[in-house]
Amino acid sequence: MVAVIVFFACALLAVTGAILLILSREPIHSALSLILVMVSLAILYLLLGAEFISAIQIIVYAGAVMVLFVFVIMLLNAGVEERTDFSKFAKFVGLPLGFFLLFEVARWLYTSRAGSVITHGAGTVTQGFSTRTLSAELFQQYLFNFEATSILILIAILGALVLARKNP
Amino acid sequence: MTAVTISLPEQIANLRRIAPEIVLCIFGMIVMIVDPFVKPASRRALGWLAFAGTLVALASVHVAAAEMGFAYSRLISTDNFSIFVHVIVIVAAGLAILGSIDYLDREGIQRGEYYALVLFATAGMGILAGANELITAFIGLEMSSISSYILCGFRRKAKESNEAAMKYFLLGSFATAFFLYGIAMIYGSTGTTFIDAAKAELERQLAANGHFPALAILGLGLIFVGLGFKVVAAPFQVYAPDVYEGAPSPVTALLASAPKAATFALMIRIFYVSFHSAGDIWFWVIWISAVLTMFIGNLGALVQTNVKRMLAYSSIAHAGYILVAFAASTELGIAAVLFYLAAYVLMKVGAFLVVTHVGQEGEKRLNLQDYAGLGMKQPALAACFSLFLLALLGLPATGGFLGKFFAFQGALDSARAHGGWVVALVIIAAVNSVIGAYYYVRVIVAMYFWPQSSDYTPTRVAPALVVALFIAAIGTLYLGIVPGRVHSLAESAAHSLPLQSAGSNGPSNAIVIAPPQNAR
Repeated sequence: MVAVIVFFACALLAVTGAILLILSREPIHSALSLILVMVSLAILYLLLGAEFISAIQIIVYAGAVMVLFVFVIMLLNAGVEERTDFSKFAKFVGLPLGFFLLFEVARWLYTSRAGSVITHGAGTVTQGFSTRTLSAELFQQYLFNFEATSILILIAILGALVLARKNP
Repeated sequence: MTAVTISLPEQIANLRRIAPEIVLCIFGMIVMIVDPFVKPASRRALGWLAFAGTLVALASVHVAAAEMGFAYSRLISTDNFSIFVHVIVIVAAGLAILGSIDYLDREGIQRGEYYALVLFATAGMGILAGANELITAFIGLEMSSISSYILCGFRRKAKESNEAAMKYFLLGSFATAFFLYGIAMIYGSTGTTFIDAAKAELERQLAANGHFPALAILGLGLIFVGLGFKVVAAPFQVYAPDVYEGAPSPVTALLASAPKAATFALMIRIFYVSFHSAGDIWFWVIWISAVLTMFIGNLGALVQTNVKRMLAYSSIAHAGYILVAFAASTELGIAAVLFYLAAYVLMKVGAFLVVTHVGQEGEKRLNLQDYAGLGMKQPALAACFSLFLLALLGLPATGGFLGKFFAFQGALDSARAHGGWVVALVIIAAVNSVIGAYYYVRVIVAMYFWPQSSDYTPTRVAPALVVALFIAAIGTLYLGIVPGRVHSLAESAAHSLPLQSAGSNGPSNAIVIAPPQNAR
């Protein structure tokens, strides 16, 4: 019962955040609403028993990516958005496609009863998955990829250094 | 999943199997660490350090070759095939580094990062050559690509260099996304990202359902888009002339050669091993792409007056010839692709290194007119360039001729399986070789018979460049005159791939295949 209440509270927050994100005219307000969406999604993941994904969601999206967004907004000194009418493309292709997507998702949820996950509570979706299995995969099976990625990141840092240096 | 402990001997064997990559990465890091302690005037020493790195890596290929097998829970496969491609890639990188040392001094951009990036890129290509798993391959591909994007823009003050880097980066990232999506689809339909396990699973599904899973074919298509971009196969070749022309010449030498070899190696693993049983389907994709690539490359090169751009188009055309051998889908075809790559890398790097020298400060002397009379001014340089051009054209006694010969032979050999279409493909390739003769010979005619150009005043060819050109020229002649050893190595490399399906002897419904390794 508690899970259901938490679910609906977070779902409501997520949807509200998403709507605010689109509607607010100040870019910084949009960014802050996005944080709301991210955090409530993280709580939803937690409800499903995916602690790791939930933590990643907070650290990577709500943490790193959002800081990046906010920095870009501040650096560009972005002002208030201008309101425009829908372009023709958005009006005649975008809107119908959007509604079609909404309809399809709703229909699928209704017929497959995927919604019952909420009432069944935690751990239904991610059965057999845990941070332990993930780390075993990452540090044993895919150890080489993990290590090779470090070189890849080194290359990226080197690239930033080369391209951003003042006096070549 | 239970914890798996790996014994010490197994650990050491794993390390030995990836010895070339380890050496390249360590040397890359040493170059980076030493860089701040070296005076700007003597930074060229870093170039020699990096070159030493490629030499040690070449030697360490022997270490890997002595320890064949799968490394790191089957992510890396160290077999003859991987070893062969490693040698090609490392040689190309070594030659490009030799050509860079004096070029960077000339352009005033002598920096340690350049060499570190070349070494890291080479390590990435090494991973590509040996990858037995698609995510591993993806990381290798990114290591080589991201380094290349940066290297393209290394002449930061030159507009065309910036343009090249930007174009290559944007389109390249897009192509990578296609590749990644393809991996996701193959994983979706087979439940594995391992190249050999996917083969078994696809064959099982084929035997069970009588047809190939559509999702896997779609995935293969997307992978062809991603990798076709990297090997400049049409219709994904649009970026190549601009990028190759704008990038610093030694970088172009590297770009046009080594990544192509490594990416073709990965394509062979995915198409020939995983999708061996879908050969009839992808044959047509390769066929169409090969024809388009050859015509676009050769016809595009015809109208160029800029030699660097002409060579860029020529490298598109050569990707087409390699695809002809690729279409064979037999072991002979793989051997032909590998031999072609070995010959192609030497002559292409050689040709671009000549362009590096003749280009002079700021790469201003790239036009055909600047080559007029080069045969009188610098006979040795002109002779080298002529050799590379004739090899690219496919003249007998050069590696280029035998590369084409084996490619066409490999394709014709598969005529029984693919019928007349493959014969038509070889005829189209032969016609294209003849078209190619025009623009290659035109440069040679300019060098020897046109009145001397007054713009280009000869400068001394730097010793490092002399060494690089010498190695490339000797290699091109060696492959053309005594190809036996390299070709038999290519054949054994092709033989080391697990092409045959597990139950090819019995009736198709009797195939018994172990479940994929990481099935849950």
